[in-house]
Amino acid sequence: MNPSPLLSVEDVHLRFGGIKALSGVSLQVKAGEITAVIGPNGAGKTSLFNTISGFYKPQQGSMVLEGQDISTTKPNVRAAMGLARTFQNVALFRGMTVLDNIKLGGHNRMAANTLQAMAYWGKSQQEELALREEIERDVIDFLEIDHVRHQSVASLSYGLQKRVELARALAMRPKILMLDEPVAGMNREETEDMARFILDLQEERGMTILLIEHDMGMVMDISNHVAVLNFGQLIASGTPQHVRNHPDVIEAYLGVRESQPVSGQGA
Amino acid sequence: MDWITFAEFSLIGLFSGGLLALVALGFVLIYKGTRAINFAMGEFMMLGAYLVYTGHSWLKMPLWLSVVFGLVGISCVAVLVERFVLRPLAGQPVVSVLMVTIGLGAFLHGTVDAVWGGQNLEMPQLLSRKPLIWGDVMVPGAVFWSFWVALAVIAGLSLYFRYSRTGIAMRAAASDPITAYALGIDVRHTQQLTWIFAGCVGAVAGTIVASISSLSPALSGTALGVLAVVILGGLDSVAGAIIAGLLVGWLESIAVGYFGGKARDLVPYVVVLAILMVRPYGLLGTRDIERL
Repeated sequence: MNPSPLLSVEDVHLRFGGIKALSGVSLQVKAGEITAVIGPNGAGKTSLFNTISGFYKPQQGSMVLEGQDISTTKPNVRAAMGLARTFQNVALFRGMTVLDNIKLGGHNRMAANTLQAMAYWGKSQQEELALREEIERDVIDFLEIDHVRHQSVASLSYGLQKRVELARALAMRPKILMLDEPVAGMNREETEDMARFILDLQEERGMTILLIEHDMGMVMDISNHVAVLNFGQLIASGTPQHVRNHPDVIEAYLGVRESQPVSGQGA
Repeated sequence: MDWITFAEFSLIGLFSGGLLALVALGFVLIYKGTRAINFAMGEFMMLGAYLVYTGHSWLKMPLWLSVVFGLVGISCVAVLVERFVLRPLAGQPVVSVLMVTIGLGAFLHGTVDAVWGGQNLEMPQLLSRKPLIWGDVMVPGAVFWSFWVALAVIAGLSLYFRYSRTGIAMRAAASDPITAYALGIDVRHTQQLTWIFAGCVGAVAGTIVASISSLSPALSGTALGVLAVVILGGLDSVAGAIIAGLLVGWLESIAVGYFGGKARDLVPYVVVLAILMVRPYGLLGTRDIERL
């Protein structure tokens, strides 16, 4: 018997008017594994992420994180419970420095309340310093972004911005790190760097990762478990090898043959 | 006009610009938080001043306690407004929010008129009126001290937004609420704080203005004049609000000095208009760049 999953999504249905964004999707994320969600455009991958983060409220279905039902929990509370995410588009706070952006990730872990934090003494100041030390060590050095920490995020290259976004999610010290297309729009070198960071996170720190990605090569290389969505439905799920050869997946990505090719000419 | 008179009018203008900057800050806070101009800002100023007056003259509180009473009162009003007027509008077009603040202003105006009446009331003296004299230059005491109070409030808030964790969270929530939410920031809470801050800034400014002149519902009109300051400074820039506040204050005073009292309302706005032709997004405002 496998240990119970860290996060389990059960039979989620999400509709926008007449559009069924998700119909009966179930997904298990096991601790310490990299789980990938793939699927063609419009398959419902980001809708699934937004449902797990709490931005969308599904009409039906439940979500359980570490045995706790989080189906009706607010997004900011889910974040505090250990669900950190990045966004498909770079969602950094422009005009703030790299360090301020990353420190905001530690926001929910600090116990000092607003009034204490307003005064910025005692407990609040100690917390701030401790947080900064931890971020320097575990996040900034790890992701190799120490040379840009005091720069404004708007001045960074796209690849570096995505890395700062990952850093901010890491500063939340998440139980599950959710990455929405972490290498979209990156060149080969940036993609390889990002894949290495993701693997290091899993192997060195035992981080549980749930990711959406279009780069098939990367998904097949680093994932332990792959779930395939098409038109809001889960059509396959399993190891990369299993999914790669699944007929429904091939159909979703490549389409169906109109007719059997004449022998000798078919590809 | 000799240089001493010029210096005197300049100093009075710059010092009175502090209050303009403070009211402008109230506008900027709400604009940054909601992307809407709060047309009820003047009513916040007025209501704050009336609450201080009530604390002092009706409830016989000492002066400092009546100021605290005014700030707490306006905070409660701000929380109610945010919760029951603005929050249901989340996700609606900015124009709707803007229209609602106009309605809110009319409502507060009517309420104040109904409770306190429309006559002029005498505010307790808050700032020393003793004039300050440097050589041949004389500056009214209330104007001088109001500048420093305004400056202290502006500096305090700026430092708060720059360095405090909640302040940074408020900036984050203002710039991208969805992402802030996903990071565990309680966006509703930061919105609430934004309105509380704006309300308190308005109450402080309103109380000072009322104690320099007198207290009546007409006080709310002051804020509309400041709108020009806000637009000149750049709607989303705190530093711009300060610079524009001082500039307009100075222009007003010089205009009075050279052309008499009637020029007070004309000259500064002609200059503001001229500057905006060159910099339509204000002195320090963010220039929206759209990539196509």
